[in-house]
Amino acid sequence: MTASATAAAIAPAAEAAPALRDTRPLRLITCGSVDDGKSTLIGRLLWDTKAVKEDQAAALNRDSGKQNDLGLPDFALLLDGLQAEREQGITIDVAYRYFATDKRSFIVADTPGHEQYTRNMATGASTADLAVLLVDARAGILEQTRRHATIATLMGIKQFVLAINKIDLVNYDKARFDELSREFKEIALSLGVKQVTAIPVSALKGENVVYDGKASMPWYEGPTLVEVLELATVRSAQTVGFRLPVQRVSRPGESFRGYQGTVAGGAVKPGDSVVILPSGMVANVKQIVTFDLVRNAAVAGDAITLVLDRQVDVARGDMIATIDAQPQVGLAFDAQLVALQPGGIEPGKRYWLKSGSRRQRVTVQPSSLLDLKSGKWNRHDGALPMNAIGKVHLSFDEAAIFDAYELNRTTGAFILIDPDTNNTVAGGMIAGKRGDVGGLNNEAERVILSLPADLADKILASGLLSERRDEVDIRRTNPGRAAELLGELDG
Amino acid sequence: MHISEFDAHTQDKQAKPPLDPHLKALENEAIHIFREVAAEFERPVMLYSIGKDSSVLLHLARKAFYPGRIPFPLLHIDTGWKFPEMIAFRDEMAKRFDLDLVVHTNPRGAKENISPFTHGSALHTDIMKTEALRQALDAGQYDAAFGGARRDEEASRAKERIYSFRTPDHKWDPRNQRPELWNVYNGMIRRGESVRAFPLSNWTEVDIWRYIQAENIPLPPLYYAAKRKFVERDGMLMWAEDKRFEALPGEQVQEDYIRFRTLGCWPLTGAIRSHATTLDEVIAELEIATVSERQGRAIDKDQAGSMEKKKREGYF
Ligand SMILES: Nc1nc2c(ncn2[C@@H]2O[C@H](COP(=O)(O)OP(=O)(O)O)[C@@H](O)[C@H]2O)c(=O)[nH]1
Repeated sequence: MTASATAAAIAPAAEAAPALRDTRPLRLITCGSVDDGKSTLIGRLLWDTKAVKEDQAAALNRDSGKQNDLGLPDFALLLDGLQAEREQGITIDVAYRYFATDKRSFIVADTPGHEQYTRNMATGASTADLAVLLVDARAGILEQTRRHATIATLMGIKQFVLAINKIDLVNYDKARFDELSREFKEIALSLGVKQVTAIPVSALKGENVVYDGKASMPWYEGPTLVEVLELATVRSAQTVGFRLPVQRVSRPGESFRGYQGTVAGGAVKPGDSVVILPSGMVANVKQIVTFDLVRNAAVAGDAITLVLDRQVDVARGDMIATIDAQPQVGLAFDAQLVALQPGGIEPGKRYWLKSGSRRQRVTVQPSSLLDLKSGKWNRHDGALPMNAIGKVHLSFDEAAIFDAYELNRTTGAFILIDPDTNNTVAGGMIAGKRGDVGGLNNEAERVILSLPADLADKILASGLLSERRDEVDIRRTNPGRAAELLGELDG
Repeated sequence: MHISEFDAHTQDKQAKPPLDPHLKALENEAIHIFREVAAEFERPVMLYSIGKDSSVLLHLARKAFYPGRIPFPLLHIDTGWKFPEMIAFRDEMAKRFDLDLVVHTNPRGAKENISPFTHGSALHTDIMKTEALRQALDAGQYDAAFGGARRDEEASRAKERIYSFRTPDHKWDPRNQRPELWNVYNGMIRRGESVRAFPLSNWTEVDIWRYIQAENIPLPPLYYAAKRKFVERDGMLMWAEDKRFEALPGEQVQEDYIRFRTLGCWPLTGAIRSHATTLDEVIAELEIATVSERQGRAIDKDQAGSMEKKKREGYF
């Protein structure tokens, strides 16, 4: 089927209802292998939307003395921000670019495409709503392309553009374009991606980027890249209900107590009943306070101050949520991880986990590893090396609060911090809660031990315990309190 | 000086329609960052440089902590070469918004009379800004400092994180930054280390102006065109009303309508010819401008990568 050269799931520009247009900034990520023309494409986007100013272009020409074939500056220099990279001639990190059309503004996470930089792509993709995958029309779809699509999908991106670049170098051949878009759509389908738009592009000549390429490609009737971006949707935290991770408690005076945070899902209005997690206490919303006015509703994305109708204990790291559809609270969760640092992720090691405003101790037990080449998960219980993507079990000392990442990209996301270096060592996505912990539904006999902390830490680190960590409940306390609790059991 | 002079030069100060979704999203993100840093760090401080970005930053900080006060001090590094209107504006804002304002001038530089004219822009910036900032941050034992930098300003900023980690001697290592995913920020540091936090990272110059307009944010009058005295020096329009100003041989002091796109030390801040006396006019000029705002800054032109070099050394 080649009647429509795009077969796009995204509606062509002409059919869009302008009234419904989302004007929030669209975040996108661009991925491609070296020399596919990513710098040229981004440069072209910035240039044709007039985001590059004359003095910046002049600086480029002065620095390089280089111009490309069309007398435009060397865009790669505009983009490679850091001296060290400029010397090496490669981009090594995520950079953010900004441009706007009269309809919308865009934030581009510009990430390098080399295999070893999975971590950069994961970083850029974590906030992106759409991925532009770039291929060289001559080289076609590479293993690299599949990898990029896989990582982007894992990070929760659901809208894709396949930019088939250097179409000028294959004589604007429609058959080649159709072949590559068909091939990519198969990959996309296997990843569960439904929204793919393929566009034949010449980044160098500026065809189908901002301006159309009708003169060279009369056969292409689909949208330009910018038209697709203008119409793409920004995913507001798509969740089952209201979520407010509490960042801080505001107490400017005795009479006021407000809970400050950014709504991470759903909506809230005065009178709503909410639950405070993990404590489980309930209250009603009295007021939504903002600088501008007292509001009668707040939605996902809004930074608000919430006032409740009664005195309850709420602290930073707690979550205020709707009663009907609560997030999961538990001591053990399954997740997917991207390892970001040379040290990798070690099984059994205790890390800090930060999700929203909540930071807590966690141990990680890998269970499988993604083979990016085939897209298959293989059993794996050793360390996760840098750039690996793995499935893991997370075990907490204290209750953790999450939604599945699929349901909410904010309350389902977390980072791991290495307590030895304080560096961010992994990004993670929650799959779901693991079976009931603590033996609540279990008839078997239980034993409570009270141990010195150093001994407990040794036992916790042992393989035997970590294998069944989900069945173990741990609290830390002082000797007096421990004696008291044991005394209660005896009495 | 009369207060109203500082207020946004807009036609209608009464009606304030809701923010458009684009600016609202940027505002929400900035407020989130402010609250996160205030909650995670022991001694945050906000760098306040009196320009438009700082003015937006201040406004966002007030919003973030409302109905409370801003729970940290504002720090102004005064090189001694700021426009007098900036200082008057600063003091007025501190009074009006009940701010905890800390002003620091490098005592060594002041004693040695460091001047951008006699010592050159590089040395002046180095001693009166970079070194002064380090002194003030050390003295205050601040573990987090908010700045108004935006990623669209300059190439080396494009890779700057929102939480930008600094070593105990305030060094920035661009090759070794912490990855930053989603809006989950890693604020874990050891004693002596610090973080620079940039709530305006994702704003562009146009966003800043639109927001100032939408929110009626007060600005120093220097942003609006007025008849001012200046000379043309090295392709830059230099303000010539300070008593330390000396015309070079052959230079002629002119008087015409000019305004400033960025504010800093007056010998290093180029003006543009303009008749824009209202925000609408300033924005209209901006939207057809073909030159970036940093063009007026002498500091960037010294050499390629000069900003990156300064940042590595601890410049904001
Ligand atoms: N003919 C042609 N050349 C292109 C096109 N896009 C990029 N190039 C060239 O391909 C080379 C690599 O491009 P570059 O943007 O540096 O690739 P990157 O490594 O992906 O950033 C450069 O010589 C570009 O001029 C295109 O659409 N058509």
